[in-house]
Amino acid sequence: MLKGKQSWVFPTKPVIESSSAVGGPYEAKGKLASDFDILHDDLWMGKDSYEKAHTLLIEEAIETAIQKAELTKEDMNFMFAGDLVNQITPSSFAARTLAIPYFGLFGACSTSMEGLALASFLVDKQGAKKVVTGASSHNAAIEKQFRYPTEYGSQKPPTAQWTVTGAGAAVLSDNADKAGKLVTTSATIGKVMDMGLSDPFNMGGAMAPAAAETIIAHFKDMQLDPSYYDLIVTGDLAKIGQPVTLDLLHKEGLKIDSQKFKDCGLMIYQENQEVQAGGSGAGCSAAVLYGHLLNEMRKGTYQRILLVATGALLSPLSFQQKESIPCIAHAVSIEVHP
Amino acid sequence: MASKNKSPEQKQYEKLEQKHELKRPVLQNCVKAFFVGGTICLIGQAITYFYIYFFHFTEQTAGNPTVATMIFIAMLLTGFGVYDRIGQFAGAGSAVPITGFGNSVISAAIEHRTEGFVLGVGGNMFKLAGSVILFGVFSAFVVALIKTLLQIWGVI
Repeated sequence: MLKGKQSWVFPTKPVIESSSAVGGPYEAKGKLASDFDILHDDLWMGKDSYEKAHTLLIEEAIETAIQKAELTKEDMNFMFAGDLVNQITPSSFAARTLAIPYFGLFGACSTSMEGLALASFLVDKQGAKKVVTGASSHNAAIEKQFRYPTEYGSQKPPTAQWTVTGAGAAVLSDNADKAGKLVTTSATIGKVMDMGLSDPFNMGGAMAPAAAETIIAHFKDMQLDPSYYDLIVTGDLAKIGQPVTLDLLHKEGLKIDSQKFKDCGLMIYQENQEVQAGGSGAGCSAAVLYGHLLNEMRKGTYQRILLVATGALLSPLSFQQKESIPCIAHAVSIEVHP
Repeated sequence: MASKNKSPEQKQYEKLEQKHELKRPVLQNCVKAFFVGGTICLIGQAITYFYIYFFHFTEQTAGNPTVATMIFIAMLLTGFGVYDRIGQFAGAGSAVPITGFGNSVISAAIEHRTEGFVLGVGGNMFKLAGSVILFGVFSAFVVALIKTLLQIWGVI
């Protein structure tokens, strides 16, 4: 149901039946290693190309999520998934294996919340009984496409971010028994923002205005105060984008406690891991939300969270042609049903 | 939207963003580059002397086997995943010497091995080094042309 200008509320409260996270070797050394269902100790993951390994990530995440919900692939009405590789082949190839009716999404690193918002809307409007949604990225496959060869010895600036090797997926259902379960309650769809930044090694700085815009729109549409949420988490703004976003929000008069404002890109790795400004990639917010954050909610650490996944909508061609980086952010609120 | 024509709003945001942006530690990077680059050249010099004293090369002819040896070492370091770490530490120090050129060719060849030998390795091997070769050869041509003209005119 539309509320305000660009937000949906979900009166039937679609249930997140289960969720899963799959990670790579660098994530296994990170802060959230214990929240992953599967961790690979090698970037190849037994495949003969990084792109095939990327496909495996999303396949495993979706299969694990379905298994944890004690359901089968046949029970799923639809699948929403996306990634960063050209023509989102890893997600589409995973959909081929899984044989679930499929919507391929591209929202760069905001894909995780684009998928969750659409899946929630579909379940809420009785367009589906059970939907699986996920997003993924693979460090070597994405670096190969967007930057230099992985073994090339270029010096990354401190504003650069490290693409997460990981995937996250969740199964949503129209289950009537909601007591104590995780439910999605609302979503805000962001508009594309371009503040003229064009450095692909500073995506956090480029994405910050989009994150701020969506957060402001969410609270305006929902007529809520930021204190409603126990935690507001952005996707992959990292060391530069996160404080910039907080600055922008404070400027707009939105009082957000910096202790309750976190970023997936800053949560996933240890301080001593060489990731420059932090993590990024479509798999970053997906793995942190569907792994760590939902686990914390199940434990009761948080009752209500707002996840704002941010995406930089550039291509290797667009930045070579000196175009600035347009960015987007989508927010979904997840609550523990009383 | 071209990055040249920025709206006032965009300029204002850029200012705000600059406050939080982490700057490259330029001086520190220069010092690191100086020492790592210097060390690579020192090794190169040692190899040159090695060829002169043990294989009867002269100072003029020892250059080629030295370069080949340095590139071979860079190839091993790239293959074992060490060169990119040196690169992150040293920056220009490991990019400017011939080993950096070797690394750019070899890393691209490794990266595209999965697309086959012809379209993958062959087609992409010089995607980083190609412009170095092109502009290197072109600038050598221009400099040689200037030198030749100056010689013809009797300036030098």
